[in-house]
Amino acid sequence: MSEANPFDDIPGTTLFDANKSREGYHLNMFCMSIGNADNRDEFKKDERTYLDRYPMTEEQRECVLKRDALRLIEIGGNIYFLAKLFYADGRAMRSVCAGMAGMTDKQYEEMMLSGGRSPDGNRSKSEWA
Amino acid sequence: MAGKAVVDPFEDIPGTTLFNAERSYIGYHLNMFCMSLMKKAGRDEFKANEDLYLRKWPMTDEQREAVLKRDWGRMIQLGGNVYFLSKLFSTDGLSFQFVAASMTGMTQEQYADMMLHGGRKVDGNRSKSEWVK
Amino acid sequence: MAKIVASVNCSHVPAIGAAWDLGKTEQPYWQPVFKGFEYSKKWIADLKPDVVILVYNDHASAFSLEVIPTFALGTGAEFKPADEGWGPRPVPTVYGHPKLASHIAQSVILDEFDLTLVNKMDVDHGLTVPLTLMFGQPEEWPCKVIPLAVNVVQYPPPTGNRCYNLGKAIKKAVEEYPEDLRVVIFGTGGMSHQLQGKRAGLINKEWDNNFLDLLTHEPDKAAKIPFIEYVRETGSEGIEMVMWLVSRGALEDKVREKHRYYHVPASNTALGHLILENESFKG
Repeated sequence: MSEANPFDDIPGTTLFDANKSREGYHLNMFCMSIGNADNRDEFKKDERTYLDRYPMTEEQRECVLKRDALRLIEIGGNIYFLAKLFYADGRAMRSVCAGMAGMTDKQYEEMMLSGGRSPDGNRSKSEWA
Repeated sequence: MAGKAVVDPFEDIPGTTLFNAERSYIGYHLNMFCMSLMKKAGRDEFKANEDLYLRKWPMTDEQREAVLKRDWGRMIQLGGNVYFLSKLFSTDGLSFQFVAASMTGMTQEQYADMMLHGGRKVDGNRSKSEWVK
Repeated sequence: MAKIVASVNCSHVPAIGAAWDLGKTEQPYWQPVFKGFEYSKKWIADLKPDVVILVYNDHASAFSLEVIPTFALGTGAEFKPADEGWGPRPVPTVYGHPKLASHIAQSVILDEFDLTLVNKMDVDHGLTVPLTLMFGQPEEWPCKVIPLAVNVVQYPPPTGNRCYNLGKAIKKAVEEYPEDLRVVIFGTGGMSHQLQGKRAGLINKEWDNNFLDLLTHEPDKAAKIPFIEYVRETGSEGIEMVMWLVSRGALEDKVREKHRYYHVPASNTALGHLILENESFKG
């Protein structure tokens, strides 16, 4: 794209395209691996050692250890793969979403019950500036 | 072939089996058995007891027998795809040319000779009607 | 000859499956979700389709990033429910229709669509939740199911227009299959939702309901919706709605709406549901 990519203008949103997929390949494949019960157990015994097997960046490793979902999305993590990491912790998707949105579980739940986050004011980064 | 009222032209080519989706389905387990021979452990286990190893896959008795007898032509007819079967004959240490020759009913020498002289001509080999003598 | 007579569109939220499996359907939170399918269960039980072609997306279950097929048609005989991290869903094995699926594959590829053919894959909530919503909890699913998995995980998915045209090619293929089979096509996923980033929780009721109208009455227009609009208006995960164009393409131009339902929230998602029949279908 020679001009500004319109997808980059959507606030609070990272498009998982081929570039992001490449960036997050090993991070996401790590997540895929802990979809398996035996791997999950092994991961829980020593997270750092398990993570070292995957040639992801140090930042990605740190973010997994810290469970920083928001940053993981920004540096190549895809939500369906990251979900396996959070499910391994026993966390529900709603709670993970709440965390990324900077809300408590309760606040997020209330927002959803009231009809969700409106797109008004949330379509362009210019609206968030 | 499903959906065709007229004779399927692909079925008219002599000495040729089209590996279409239907044959893929029929030959699925036979071909997946062949895939397993890409791993050394698989090859070793197969060589130790071929019949027992073959029974790990729910293929038909006919397919199993064709493998045990190394009836390559029959394997093709029963849904085997040549690229998958190649893993079986590689396990046996046989070349593509050897197997191709055996499917034509020629010796390897005869087949090699034919290839050196420009290969099998297409004339007389386009339609099953041409093979009916 | 075989014929696609109707389409079913619905969300495939995993939490819906979990609610069903854990017996929570009567809870105040979930009751309105399942209420929307009471008509639908009866409708499909009366219709008795022989085959369902189920368009959905895999969610990092059968396909990791090692292989990312744009359109993956299940030509196998059976598909097991995937273990998505807490054991496979306690639902029956899905039995395919290899003959019809292979016929569709051949016809559609010769019509110049590029399909990946899959004989072995587990099927995740994307496929099994719509089956639960429509069929409940039978011992065995009452019909054969041909899975059609569409990549919407890595951008770009196939365009709405591509999906719409694929639907048309599938319709043509089915109509050339020589057995008298009654076929229903499901287009699943959506509606608006965003599961990531600071904008998580996005719901766009207006857009969603407008989409339901367009899909029914002006599908050509719906097929032209650009991805930027899906993502901006309906969330990064709202892009799943592009799959609804496959099912619409497989119906005739003139359809009648048998049922429509919309409810927020179903976990993080706007639940949308639509049943369309060909006007020519006399039941």
